[in-house]
Amino acid sequence: MANIDIRQVRKSYGKDEVIHGVDLTVNIGEFVVILGPSGCGKSTLLRMIAGLEDISGGEISIAGTVVNDLEPRQRGCAMVFQNYGLYPHMTVAENIGYALKVAGMKKPERLEKVRAVAKSVGLEEFMDRKPGQLSGGQRQRVAMARAIIREPKVFLFDEPLSNLDAKLRVQMRHEIRRIHNRIKATSVFVTHDQHEGMTLADRMVIMNKGTIDQVGTPEEVYNRPATVYVAGFIGSPAMNFLSGQISAEQSVILLADDSRIEIASDAARRHAGALVQLGLRPEDMTLCAPGAGHLTGSFDFYEELGSSGLYHLMIEDVPFTVLSSIKPRFQHGDQVGVLADLSKLHVFGAKDGVRIDMDEQVIRQMEPAE
Amino acid sequence: MRRAYFKNNWIAALVVAPQLLIIFVFFYWPTSQALYWAFTFEQPWGGGNEWAGFENFRAILTDGRYWDSIKISIIYAAGATVLSMGMALILAVFADRQLRGYKYYRIGAIWPYAVAAPAVGLAFRFIFNSSAGIMSYVNAAFPGFWDPILNGDHALLMVIIAGAWKQVAYNFIFFLAGLQSIPRSLIEAGAMDGATVLRRMRDIQLPLLAPTFFFVLVINITDSFTDSFGIVDTMTGGGPARATNLMVYKIYVDGFQGLDYSGAAAQSIILMFLVIALTVIQFRYIERKVHYT
Repeated sequence: MANIDIRQVRKSYGKDEVIHGVDLTVNIGEFVVILGPSGCGKSTLLRMIAGLEDISGGEISIAGTVVNDLEPRQRGCAMVFQNYGLYPHMTVAENIGYALKVAGMKKPERLEKVRAVAKSVGLEEFMDRKPGQLSGGQRQRVAMARAIIREPKVFLFDEPLSNLDAKLRVQMRHEIRRIHNRIKATSVFVTHDQHEGMTLADRMVIMNKGTIDQVGTPEEVYNRPATVYVAGFIGSPAMNFLSGQISAEQSVILLADDSRIEIASDAARRHAGALVQLGLRPEDMTLCAPGAGHLTGSFDFYEELGSSGLYHLMIEDVPFTVLSSIKPRFQHGDQVGVLADLSKLHVFGAKDGVRIDMDEQVIRQMEPAE
Repeated sequence: MRRAYFKNNWIAALVVAPQLLIIFVFFYWPTSQALYWAFTFEQPWGGGNEWAGFENFRAILTDGRYWDSIKISIIYAAGATVLSMGMALILAVFADRQLRGYKYYRIGAIWPYAVAAPAVGLAFRFIFNSSAGIMSYVNAAFPGFWDPILNGDHALLMVIIAGAWKQVAYNFIFFLAGLQSIPRSLIEAGAMDGATVLRRMRDIQLPLLAPTFFFVLVINITDSFTDSFGIVDTMTGGGPARATNLMVYKIYVDGFQGLDYSGAAAQSIILMFLVIALTVIQFRYIERKVHYT
C-alpha cells in the first residue's frame, strides 16, 4: 500500500512534448481514474508510473521513493493491460503464478496461493486452460488475478475493459470496484469512457492534450467543471454551450439571440466586456411554451431514450439539446421554449475556457428574447 | 478465406503452364532419369542400359566410404544448423531489443544471404588458410594449432563454419520476424511480473518463437544436406582424405569424376528420400507440439 507523487512530469518523443508538466498525488488506498480522449497522454502517464516508459522530466515517487530510474520490477506496481497481455503458452494457473515463480516462491506454496486468488475471481474451474480457450471476460479475470496475487503497492489499469462488450463491461466494472473495496490497494485506472470513470473513481483526473484540466470527485467534476473542455467531456448527453458577452453597464450576459441574464453588478464589473461561454446540461432544463421560458429554439429532431427523450433544437444556428421525461410531440421547425434551472448554469471565459465563478444568487434571471 | 475460380479451364492451364514446365524440366525429368539410371548400369559413353535391379543400391550400402559420407553429412548438418540457428537467434534477439542503430545491424545481418555459396567458400578459404589468413598468426604462436589442409577435423569444422555463416542471414530474418510478431504487451507484462530481460527471453519470447524455430530447423537441416556443394567444392574439394566428402559432394565426385552414373544416381535417390523422410517426420511429429491458440 503506497501513495504516488507525480511532480512536474514531462514526456517528449524527440522534439514533440506529449505531457507538459503534470502534478498529481494519489493517496493511499485511493482509486483514481484518469479520463481523457485518445491521444491526451493518459496511457503514457500510466506507463511512466509503471516504468514501461522513460520519464523525460520531473519526478515520480511511490511510497516516498523516487522511481524515475528504477526498473518496472523494482517499483512494486501491478498492471492490467488493455489486451490483457496473457502469456498464450501458459495455463491460467501458470499465468497467475508467474510473478511468484519469478520471485522464487516454492511450488506448493505458490500453487496454494494461485488457487486462493483464482477462487476469489471465480476462475477455479479453468486453471488448466490456455488463454486462447477462454472468453473475453474470463481473460480479463485472469489478468486481474495475475495483478492481485502479487499484493502490489499500486494497481495500474490501462483501459482494461475496452475490449469487452457493453454488458460484460458493466459487470467487470462492478467486479473491479468490489475487489478494490476488499483489498483497498492504491489504484490508477486509465479510460476514455466517462461512465467507467464516474462509477469507479474516488477522484477523477481529466486530461486534455498532455495537461491536467481538473482533479476532483466525480460529483465535483460533474457539478463544477473547471474548464469548457471538462464541461463538454463529462456528462452524457453532452452539455450545451451558447456564446455571450458580459455587459458591465446593465449587469447582464448578452446572448447571440438577444436573450440576457442578469448578474450581480460586482461580478459584471470584474469581468466587464468579457466574451463567455454559457454551459447548460440537457438534464437541467425543461420544455415549455415558446416565450414562457428563458430561451426559444426551433425543433429539429427527437431521440427516444426509454425513460426520457432527447429533444434536439436549434437556437440561432447553434444545436441545443434538452432532456425531458414528459414527451410532447413536435413537428420539425416548431418553436419551443426552454426553461433552465439557473442554479446549474456554468459560465466559462470564451478565450481561456476557464470557469468564471458566479454565486448561485448572482445569476438572477434570464430574460427571453423579445 | 475467399477463393477465386477460373471459369475457363484453358486460361487456368495456360497460367500454370510455365511453372509446371519449370518443375517438370528441372525436377521430374532429372529425377525420373536418376531413377532409371539407379536401377540400370548406365554406360559412361552412352549406349545400351542393362537392368540392374537393386544392385547399385546394394553396392553403395555395403561400401564403408558411403557410410562415412553419411556420418560426415549428419555431423555437418547438425553442426551447421546448431551454429547458424544459435548465431541468428542471438543477433535477432538483440536486433529486436531495438538498441541504438539496430536498423543498420539488421540490414548488415541480412546481407550475407545474398552472397553465393562459392564466394562464401572462397572468402572463408582465405580466412582459414593456415599459412596466409588470420589463423596463420595463431599458428605462429601455437605451431600446428590449425591445419585444415592435412587435418580432416579442422577441414570439417571450417566447412561447417562457412556453411553456418551463410545460413545465419536467412535464419535471422525469420527469427526477427517471429520475435517482432510477439505482442509488446506480453514482454511488458513480463517486466511488470518482475522478470529480468534474460528471464523474459527464456520464459516468454523463446517459447513463443517455437513455431518459427521449428520451421527454420526443418529448412536448415534439409538445406545442409542438399545445398552444401558450393562451399565444399571451393574450400576442400571433399578432402583431406574424404574428411569433408558430404553426400551431395560424393554424388558429384562419383558421377562426374568417377563416371559412375548409376552409383551416383542411386545415391541421389537415397538422399532425396532421406530429405523427404526428415521433412515428413518433422512436420508430422514435432510441429504438433509447438502451436499455441
